[in-house]
Amino acid sequence: MFRLEARPQSSNFWVIVTPLLAVIATMIAGGFLFATLGKDPLISMRMIFWDPLFGDFAFYYRGQLLTKAGPLILIAIGLSIGFKAGIWNIGAEGQYMIGAVCGAGIGLAMYPVEAWYVFPLMVIAGGLGGWAWAMIPAVLRNRFGTNEILVSLMLVYVAQHVLSSASLGLLKNPEGMGFPGSRNLSQYPSAANLELIPGTGMHWGVVAAFFAVIAAYVLMQKHLIGFNIRLTGQSPRAATFAGVIPKRVVAFCLGTSGALAGLAGLFEVAGPAGQVSIDFASGYGFTAIIVAFLGRLNPFGILLAGLLLALTYVGGSLAQQDGLPAAAIQAFQGMLLFFLLAFDVLSNYRLKRVKRAPIQKGAA
Amino acid sequence: MDFSAINPVTLIASLIVASTPILLAALGELVVEKAGVLNLGVEGMMITGAIFGFAISVTVANPSLAPGLQPWLDPWMSPWMAPWLGMIGAAIGGAFMAFLFGLLTQYFLSNQVATGLALTLFGLGLSALLGQGYVGLKPPSFPKLDIPALTEIPYIGPMLLNHDYMVYVSLLLVLAVWYFLKFTRGGLVLRAVGENHDAAHAIGYNVTRIRLMAILFGGACAGLGGAYLSLVRVPQWTEGMTAGAGWIALALVVFASWKPWRLILGAYLFGGVTILQLNFQAVGVTIPAAYLSMAPYVVTILVLVIMSGDRSSAPASLGRVFHASH
Amino acid sequence: MTELLRIDGLTKAYPGVVANDDVSFVIQEGEVHALLGENGAGKSTLVKMIYGLVRPDSGSMTLSGTAYHPTEPKAARASGVAMVFQHFSLFDALTVAENITLGMENAPHRRELSEQIRSVSNAYKLPLDPNRIIGDLSVGERQRVEIIRCLLQHPKLLIMDEPTSVLTPQEVDILFETLHKLSDEGTAILYISHKLEEIRTLCDHATILRHGKVVDNCVPAEKTARKLAEMMVGEALHVPAKKNLHPGEVILEVANLNVKSKNPFGTSLKDINLVVRSGEVVGIGGVAGNGQDELLLALSGETPTRRDMVQVSGVDVGDLNPNERRELGLLTAPEERLGHAAAPDMSLTENAMLTGNVRQKLSNGGFLRWASARGFARAIVQQFDVRTPGIGNSARSLSGGNLQKFVIGREVLQNPRVLVVNQPTWGVDAAAAAAIRQALMNLAEEGAAVVIVSQDLDELLEVSDRLAILNEGHLTHPEETAELSMDDIGLMMGGIESGSEATHVSA
Repeated sequence: MFRLEARPQSSNFWVIVTPLLAVIATMIAGGFLFATLGKDPLISMRMIFWDPLFGDFAFYYRGQLLTKAGPLILIAIGLSIGFKAGIWNIGAEGQYMIGAVCGAGIGLAMYPVEAWYVFPLMVIAGGLGGWAWAMIPAVLRNRFGTNEILVSLMLVYVAQHVLSSASLGLLKNPEGMGFPGSRNLSQYPSAANLELIPGTGMHWGVVAAFFAVIAAYVLMQKHLIGFNIRLTGQSPRAATFAGVIPKRVVAFCLGTSGALAGLAGLFEVAGPAGQVSIDFASGYGFTAIIVAFLGRLNPFGILLAGLLLALTYVGGSLAQQDGLPAAAIQAFQGMLLFFLLAFDVLSNYRLKRVKRAPIQKGAA
Repeated sequence: MDFSAINPVTLIASLIVASTPILLAALGELVVEKAGVLNLGVEGMMITGAIFGFAISVTVANPSLAPGLQPWLDPWMSPWMAPWLGMIGAAIGGAFMAFLFGLLTQYFLSNQVATGLALTLFGLGLSALLGQGYVGLKPPSFPKLDIPALTEIPYIGPMLLNHDYMVYVSLLLVLAVWYFLKFTRGGLVLRAVGENHDAAHAIGYNVTRIRLMAILFGGACAGLGGAYLSLVRVPQWTEGMTAGAGWIALALVVFASWKPWRLILGAYLFGGVTILQLNFQAVGVTIPAAYLSMAPYVVTILVLVIMSGDRSSAPASLGRVFHASH
Repeated sequence: MTELLRIDGLTKAYPGVVANDDVSFVIQEGEVHALLGENGAGKSTLVKMIYGLVRPDSGSMTLSGTAYHPTEPKAARASGVAMVFQHFSLFDALTVAENITLGMENAPHRRELSEQIRSVSNAYKLPLDPNRIIGDLSVGERQRVEIIRCLLQHPKLLIMDEPTSVLTPQEVDILFETLHKLSDEGTAILYISHKLEEIRTLCDHATILRHGKVVDNCVPAEKTARKLAEMMVGEALHVPAKKNLHPGEVILEVANLNVKSKNPFGTSLKDINLVVRSGEVVGIGGVAGNGQDELLLALSGETPTRRDMVQVSGVDVGDLNPNERRELGLLTAPEERLGHAAAPDMSLTENAMLTGNVRQKLSNGGFLRWASARGFARAIVQQFDVRTPGIGNSARSLSGGNLQKFVIGREVLQNPRVLVVNQPTWGVDAAAAAAIRQALMNLAEEGAAVVIVSQDLDELLEVSDRLAILNEGHLTHPEETAELSMDDIGLMMGGIESGSEATHVSA
């Protein structure tokens, strides 16, 4: 019989070890899952985790890795800042879409002007679009006390309709022969977000993601704003005692995460995706939640977690060619978060063996 | 455009059908929140229920789909039992997902917000996986209340008295939950646990066990709501078919100020908005379809804005982690 | 007298501490038995074992001659053991009757129960209206609910954990009457306290705990309070040296302060006036829940007020935020250590940063100077004798007394012009409490104005130069402490309140 005993302070050892344990446990459970689908678990695992990095076509898939990791990391960094403060933006998917629509909108409005300022303007518009979309739950929470979780999530569905109406109407390619979707931005040189070093998958979005990792580290560890954010998450009353104004924290956290998600959307629409289309959104905004938790809300952890989840995307599509359903990867990612949360108990509590004495009946 | 094409009787009848899934899911969540637990995984539990209910009902109705099961399926009983077995299976599926949530939050003491999100992400993936072979199939039709004397009552009959049985089951469940919370000792204990878990523990109630029961009930209700979508409302299986219904159910609990009767009002309001916008689209109102489709979500936000001023009726321990340290 | 409960060699260990070590004693039927000990001596753990909330590692109990080992409070209640908690186990949003039902086995039907509540509460002179919501009751009334809940079950043993810490002197008298009546009827009472005079007047027998062990037992009426204190603490007590009063210019002035409480069950402040001079300690007494928290929030800046309601050295600060007030020298230390004065999971260094940033210049253009923060944290730990393995440890890993020394030390070391503290020694062991009082008095002697808000009247009489009482949001005029008698204070605290209570119960 075991019993949980609160640790006087959370264990640094377990904080680092639990994500690794969670990955291993997910691989085992995922193996069983794949086996029930009639796939050899070892082959599937190799296909997902090994082949994209070291397999025969790794030169191609390695590039994909950064392309997928870029938006995941960029969004997750923003989310982690809010999560630290206990502010739950789970509508990054919507901010991502709106960022893409706004940024692409500016680019398409300027078409076919070729100038150095086109892309920077698109970046600004993308960031502002995501920021504005995220400020809706922020303002409603500050003004009326509405729950930001529900509002930000509802706005994902609204954004999805904005996106589809844009790709069917306002931003539709006039030369597209009636097909839905905008012009292809990757064929508009001033607006295209192309690979910076061919074959690496490195585009401006990935650069922005790396930059965000470092900036988030400095903000959270070295700056008063980050300290106030952490304090708010730890203990809201202690934060007001320290002079923090909670509403500003809400606005900052939601705004920042929205802006980063908007940027991710813009870099995606101007690069890998190329155009605004109905099926542009691919779930990065939700997967980024897993990335943020798996990375322990720590910027460098998020960097690694983003790469790992990107690997499951890339490897997953590889395994899909072998007949593994796409949904299996989605379930796999969900499982990862479950296991992480389950193992997390070890960082804050100690498992203790309890002797069965006659007077002890049931667990404490 | 021609508004006369919108028939108020069918409008109300379809409104009731449209609101039943969120009513069921919200009712379960209300009990969970009354016990002091915030389960944000309603969407995940609903969609799991949707696929469980769908798969079971379709399989029972068409034994040829599962040759292994044929010996157990009485060909005469199957068409009658299929929808009900589907519902029961959906409740079990939802409760199973809820059990994962309960295990993590009550025994492994994980953060309830994060765990709820995980449940939703996992549920969406799992259901998509399980639903692979069921896309495009048609479920057996659900039995309806069809007593000629009642159905023929003008207006009232077709509006209220000619629905499938699950509509009435959901209303009875609301009644039962209301009675349980207000008049029984079990309900009092449940509310006490949600109000102040430390005090409940101090006078000797098993907080963890009571909460786990509530969570399981919530999961079962969400599962029923999901199955109602895939078996009655739509009725077919598509990936991600809940489309935010679980989240709307969560908002509904806030709207109802944690009072069961007000859930019905709220659910019918949301159902009304959904049906109206569909009707508007059908008769060709000049508002673009995309904006009309946004309506239920925008209304949810508006309702949250209006209702969030008063948090005083929320259970005081809502969302807090309980650990009996001493 | 016959033996009711025999406790034999009970031992309970938690990680790092042995809370109870081989504790043995006997309670007779109908006796009022005191369990005396400092905070942290193991009294709470012991009674939780008797009540079935905690299971002992070893040892045994015998109740009325049969083996007694409750596995849960229900079992304890079924055996005739009832308990009134120090931190009440009540549900704010539920009614009195619902709260009482929850704590009873086989509760009667609603209407019958309400009848019983009325009759029993009147019989014991603790009138209660069963239909009122707990959140609307005063602290004293809440305690009545707990007591009535116990009495309705006709217990053989009633455990009371620090019952008087929340009562006015008048309410204490009423409670003692009730307890005497119960003991005359044959109910034994296990009375936990560290208040010596109370124990001397009330209890027939006392068992004294120190560091988890029974160190002595006695008949309290035969000992002096001083002797009891020495038995409890194990050493001669250090009494803070009273300094000579030489108040200087006015530093803190509160004028017609009106604040509406943010908490629906809180108390709003009404027309509070207070002047505190340099070199002076002003005590503010009163039962908790009479506006203490609201006063602290208004002074710290967490609840902004009208500009001129609070002044520091003639400057209006009423609308300034906490950090702007800190800059002007107005520092505060709230009551709740974990979660308000300090962030539980943050390190001591980070907690030093929490309020020290402005005056200790721990940041530069928004960038934090962690090296300076560590230096500041280290200074607090050294000068205030905070026992901790290191400043990297989290606040919640510290014991209550050590954390309180840290919190008070953090403010004192910033050279405040005014320091306002709320319940500075609540739940703190005697040695740490003495050190904290001394530090506050030294601070005043160096020229600061000090305001101490406390429920502990003995503490206020010992350290304050002037004393005022906060009652239902009103503050009495501060009087010279030296000229006040306990009776005067009792009148200041409760004279009006007990009258108003009697009226609304009959309504």
